[in-house]
Amino acid sequence: MSSERFKILTGNDLLTGDVTWWTGSGWSKAVDDAAAVGDDPAAIAAAEETARRVVGAYAVDAVRENGAVRPVHIKERIRALGPTVRLDLSLRPNDPAAAAWVA
Amino acid sequence: MYQYDTHDQTMVDARVAEYSDQVARRLAGTLSEEQFRPLRLKNGLYLQLHAYMLRVAIPYGTLDSRQMRMLGDIADKYDRGYAHFTTRQNVQYNWIKLEDSPAILADLASVGMHAIQTSGNCIRNTTADHFAGAAADEIEDPRPYAELLRQWSTFHPEFDYLPRKFKVAIIGSETDRAAMKLHDIGIQVVKNEAGETGLRFYVGGGMGRTPMIAPVIRDFLPPLQMISYLEACLRVYNQHGRRDNKYKARIKILVHELGADEYRRQVEEEFAHVLTLGLEPPPAELARIKAQFADPGFDPAAPDAIDLSDPDFKLWVDQNVHAHKVPGYAIVTVSLKPTGGIPGDASADQIRLIADIGRDYSFDELRVSHAQNIVLPHVKKADLYAIWQRLDAAGLATPNLDLISDIIACPGLDYCSLANARSIPVAQKIATRFADIGRQHELGELKLKISGCINACGHHHAGHIGILGVDRKGLENYQLLFGGSEGADTSLGTIVGPGFTEDGVVDAIEKATDVYLAQREEGERFLDTYRRIGTAPFKEAIYG
Repeated sequence: MSSERFKILTGNDLLTGDVTWWTGSGWSKAVDDAAAVGDDPAAIAAAEETARRVVGAYAVDAVRENGAVRPVHIKERIRALGPTVRLDLSLRPNDPAAAAWVA
Repeated sequence: MYQYDTHDQTMVDARVAEYSDQVARRLAGTLSEEQFRPLRLKNGLYLQLHAYMLRVAIPYGTLDSRQMRMLGDIADKYDRGYAHFTTRQNVQYNWIKLEDSPAILADLASVGMHAIQTSGNCIRNTTADHFAGAAADEIEDPRPYAELLRQWSTFHPEFDYLPRKFKVAIIGSETDRAAMKLHDIGIQVVKNEAGETGLRFYVGGGMGRTPMIAPVIRDFLPPLQMISYLEACLRVYNQHGRRDNKYKARIKILVHELGADEYRRQVEEEFAHVLTLGLEPPPAELARIKAQFADPGFDPAAPDAIDLSDPDFKLWVDQNVHAHKVPGYAIVTVSLKPTGGIPGDASADQIRLIADIGRDYSFDELRVSHAQNIVLPHVKKADLYAIWQRLDAAGLATPNLDLISDIIACPGLDYCSLANARSIPVAQKIATRFADIGRQHELGELKLKISGCINACGHHHAGHIGILGVDRKGLENYQLLFGGSEGADTSLGTIVGPGFTEDGVVDAIEKATDVYLAQREEGERFLDTYRRIGTAPFKEAIYG
């Protein structure tokens, strides 16, 4: 696992409230699609909020693990997955080990 | 129970229209999120960890079967087939779409419900004893006062932007089933030596990061002066309450810093002034409300005996059925705490089933308890077996009320953006560890409460065993507290020692229960033994 940290941008879809991640050109529900946004993501966040594509956008720390993007903090990992107590409602409903992904 | 009159319905309908317009403007871009956020919060719509969350008010925890059925239908129609009953007797939906929220409020309004006073720095939805109007030990049903309080506080312009949120609980019995002393204001219906009914006011309690037990500020108040006295309590708070520091803005801090005597003096001074203003509603209004809470048509010939020959049924009756004020009737608590389940969650089908049972067997009345269970307040004893069979078939007959698996848990980090740690998985592991119902009964009454952060929505300060989830260098960690209580013997738990991992805290609780079983004396609950022998034997077993 690489320990090199980088910033990714997240927020919630204005209409649906879904957790969403900035891909560099749009938004995706899959954190694996998240793109590094450098040290100043505020401009992207402001533009996207003004365009009403996202609400409450903010940057979080992430690392790359086995080639996949993984938020550093458990809160963001749970946001990226869904509730660990209702994996049937998560983004990995058929993965019985999904809850361990947030640990 | 109270039914909306034209004024109530007009007000709620107008609110739906207003909110619909606000959402339309937000979606059209004429309202920014900064402008829209306080408006949606005024209608119970939060933005939580995964999605929008809608909190629906259930005033003083009372609702009818039509309203309960609507809660189930909304779960199916707009959410993901379930809802979560909260420690403030409300209900929450976790997966709401902004564009659906006006339609949901319209559906709620069609059955006399709304999401007003479920957020923001206003007087929140009033809570009450969930056995109100049914309890054998009741002096008077407190809900007419709660309803009057609702009408007074809804959209009250002077108290719509208080320093912080403001929570009131009201009870009518000596037994406190509403954690009344842990609210900003707790009101208890009492009798004086002359046998007159009055209201006792406790002011300045609360949980959160600075837990405090409310002192008595007024020992006896004539009920027809309740609104004036509330006005005085709120005015003194509104004038002095800290607005510069949200952590010191609750009334408990003001009462603590002024001292109860000085706060009381200022309230009495303001009260004398308020009485001259004629703010009190006419006595006829309280009488009108009281008439709507009149007893249903109880059958005086209802048999009092219960056939307990089915051992599983007997277990449930012994634990989940309470004495009613009328012979031949009983109070049923439907546990929303199946072993390994999510405390307070119910599927849409379960909600509709409970609604049907309430309609068929409980004079169309249901309650939500602050312990996240559902109450059928007026059930014929002769119907208990049929009710139990229907509940049991739906996984709703767990006989664990007030036992170690009847856990209060906040949504925690699985759903809540404020949380530091998950609460629900800890509750599930504890309930699973103690799954043997015989073992639970052997342990007796043991109220276990879990919060995922210091805001204490899971009432951890008031648990015989409390658990507080914290963030320790990015990892979930769980502090253990012993000795809290929320009843007539209200006390605040104290931290036992260093925190634990999720599995570690389950092990620690098991060791604590072993100490209790080894050291308890006849008739002692866990809490009683803890109070008698102190922390040391528990610490030694857990950390030694």
